[in-house]
Amino acid sequence: MRYLSEYRDPDVAEALIRRIRNRSSRPWVIMEVCGGQTHTIVKQGIDALLEDAVEMIHGPGCPVCVTPLEQIEKALALAAMPDVIFTSFGDMLRVPGSSCDLQAVRARGGQVRVVYSPLDAVDLARQNPDKEVVFFAVGFETTAPANAMAVWRAKQLGVGNFSVLVSHVTVPPAITAILDAPDNRVEAFLAAGHVCTIMGWTEYEPIAERYRVPIIVTGFEPVDILEGIHLAVVQLEEGRHEVENQYARSVRREGTVPARDLVARVFQLVDRSWRGVGMIPRSGLGLREEFADFDAEVRFQVGNITVDEPKECRAGEVLRGQLKPVDCPAFGTRCTPENPLGAPMVSTEGACAAYYHYRRYQSAQLAGKTS
Amino acid sequence: MTAGLEKGLGCPAPRADLERVQLGHGSGGKMSAALLERCFLPHLANDTLSPLGDAAVFQAPAAELAFSTDTFVVHPLEFPGGDIGSLAVHGTVNDLAMMGATPRYLSVGFVLEEGLEIAVLERIVRSLARAARECGVPIATGDTKVVERGQCDGLYLNTAGIGAMQPGFAPRPALARAGDVIIVSGPLGRHGMAIMAAREGLQFEAEIQSDSAPLHQLVAALREAVGEAIHVMRDPTRGGVASALNEIAATAGVGMVLEERVVPIPGPVEAACEMLGLDPLYVANEGLLVALIAADAAGSALEVMRAHPVGAEAVAIGRVVDDHPGLVVLDTRIGGRRVVDMLPGDQLPRIC
Repeated sequence: MRYLSEYRDPDVAEALIRRIRNRSSRPWVIMEVCGGQTHTIVKQGIDALLEDAVEMIHGPGCPVCVTPLEQIEKALALAAMPDVIFTSFGDMLRVPGSSCDLQAVRARGGQVRVVYSPLDAVDLARQNPDKEVVFFAVGFETTAPANAMAVWRAKQLGVGNFSVLVSHVTVPPAITAILDAPDNRVEAFLAAGHVCTIMGWTEYEPIAERYRVPIIVTGFEPVDILEGIHLAVVQLEEGRHEVENQYARSVRREGTVPARDLVARVFQLVDRSWRGVGMIPRSGLGLREEFADFDAEVRFQVGNITVDEPKECRAGEVLRGQLKPVDCPAFGTRCTPENPLGAPMVSTEGACAAYYHYRRYQSAQLAGKTS
Repeated sequence: MTAGLEKGLGCPAPRADLERVQLGHGSGGKMSAALLERCFLPHLANDTLSPLGDAAVFQAPAAELAFSTDTFVVHPLEFPGGDIGSLAVHGTVNDLAMMGATPRYLSVGFVLEEGLEIAVLERIVRSLARAARECGVPIATGDTKVVERGQCDGLYLNTAGIGAMQPGFAPRPALARAGDVIIVSGPLGRHGMAIMAAREGLQFEAEIQSDSAPLHQLVAALREAVGEAIHVMRDPTRGGVASALNEIAATAGVGMVLEERVVPIPGPVEAACEMLGLDPLYVANEGLLVALIAADAAGSALEVMRAHPVGAEAVAIGRVVDDHPGLVVLDTRIGGRRVVDMLPGDQLPRIC
C-alpha cells in the first residue's frame, strides 16, 4: 500500500537502526509524545532494537489516558440519563470511572453509541429530535477540528438537542510542563505528526530555543519513528536544538490553516486538568462563549462533579516518563486490561497496555533467567 | 375465528401474502403454513425434511458422531461476499469439520422480526439452501418464530449440525507439539472488515468481500493426503487468528512464533484496520482454516491446500516451539519481537 508499506520496509528500518547505533555516543533520553508512536515503538520492538543507543520515554500523548477522572464521571452521569444518547469514540468505552465504565452503563440500559465522526453524532441528533445527543469531545489538536465542525454545524443547522462534553488538551503546554519539572530527564522530543498536521510547528520553535531541546515532528510507522530518532540523535551529538520535520508528507510549518481557524472560532484556551499529571494552565480547549449553548456540562448541570484519582495508580509518573509501566507494583497483578486501575492500561495507545500486551514475552524471559 | 370476524365486523382476515412478516406468521396457523409453502419449502425440500414431522428421522451415519450448534445475529443481514443464510450453514459445517467430522445433517431455526420484508427473507432462505446444497449437507429439520418489532434485529438464525467422525482421526488442540508448522488457508480478516465496512459505510480502493466458505472439503482433501499429521485445526472466527492460536497454546502448553512478514493481510483489510485502529490478527474470519501440521508433512499439506479453491493462498505463518509455553509471539517486520495476546474484550476503534 502506498505511503504505508514503504514505511514498514525491513531493509530501510535495519539501515536506520545501524545508523542510529553508530552515531550515538551515549544513551540519549528521547520522549515520543504521542500514544500512537508509543504503540508502534513497543509493538515493533524498536526500543529494544536501540537499547544502549537511546532510551525511549513514553509521553502523555494518549487522549484517553489523560482525560481526567471527573470528566469520565460526568460522561457516566450523562450516559445514564434516560433521554440522553451518549456518543463517543470507541476507546473511551472501557475507561474506568470511580465505579464503572461506559460499557457497564450501556448494559444497565444507558444509550451509549460508538461513532467514527462527531458529525455522525449531529446526524443522530437530527434523527432523534425527542432525545438529547451528547458527544464526548476528547483528544488533542488532531480531533479538535472535527469536533469544532460538529458544534459549528449544529449551530448553523439549529440542532438544539446536540451538545458536547469537552475534554480537549493541547500538546505544547504538556511538553513545557515536562521540561519545567525539576526531575526531568528528557533530552529530545518526537512531536506528534498528526497534531502538527493540524497545528504546524511554529508553537514548538520557542520551546526548542528556550529549553535548548531538539524537537522532531515525527510520523507513526516504524521507519518514520526511526528517522525521527535518527534526526534527534544527530542534533544531540552536534549540540543543536531545532525543530525538524520528519513527517514532511503530511506536515507543513503553518499546519492546516482552515482547520486551525475553525478550532480557533469554536474553542478557546482554558486551564485543564490532565489525568495523573494535574492542572496545566492554558493547556485545554473549551467552548467559546458564543457556543456555550452546546456545552453539555452547562445543559445538564454536571459541571460540579469532582472525584479523587485512585491512589494506587501511578499513571502520573508513567505519563510524565518517570516510571516504566513494568516497574509499577500494580502492573500485571492488580492492574490489567481486564481490570484497569487507570487509563494507560485501557487504551491501546496507553503505555501500560502496550507493555502488557506486547512485552510479557520479555518478562517471561527475564523471569526465566533469574530463576 | 378469523372467518367470524370477517363476517361479523367486516374486518378482513389477515392476508397471508403480505410483503412483510407479521406476528401471525409465527402463529402456527394458516399464515405460518403459507409462509412455509412460499418461502421455505421450495428452496429447502429434501427427503429428510419433506415429511415435515416434529423431528427428522435418519440412520446414524457413523458409530461416533459430532454435534454442534451456532447462532447468527450478524448485522447487516446481507454483506459483500455472503449473507446470514450462507454464513449460518458455513459456520456450523466448519465447526464440525474442525473436529475432523464429515458434516451430514443440519437443522435451522429462524427468529424473524415483525416487519421484516418477505423478499429479504426469501433471498436469505434461498442463499441458505444453496449453501447447504453446495456443502452436500441437507437441512433435516427447522423451525420459525416471529417476535414483535424491536425484539430482534430483522432476523436471527440458529443452525445445529451432526457430523460423522472418521475412525482414527481426531485432531484437537492438546495434540499441538513443538516443531508443528502453523498454516493458514488464505488471507486474514476479510469477514470482519467486510461487515464493519458495510455497517459503517466505509469505502476502500477495492470492496472487501467476506471469506465465508465451507472448509469441510478442504479438510477432507488434507486428511486424505497427510492424515494424522494434522494435529490441530481451527476456524478462527470471532477473536481472529490471534485468539485461536492463544487458546491452542494455552491448552497444549506450547509456545508459538509467528513471522509478521509472511502473514497474509489483503491490502484493503490492512487499510481498513489502519483507519479504525484494529489489528487484523484479531479480526473474524468465516472461511479460513488454521492448521498445525507435523513438520515433515507441512510441505505436502501446503500443496494439497493450494490445489483446493478455498486454500489457493495457503501459507505457513509460523511454528510451534517449546519456549515460553502459553505465549504466542510475533517476529516483527523490522526484526523486533512482541507478544500476540488474548484480547480482554472487543477491539475498540481508537480516537485518532
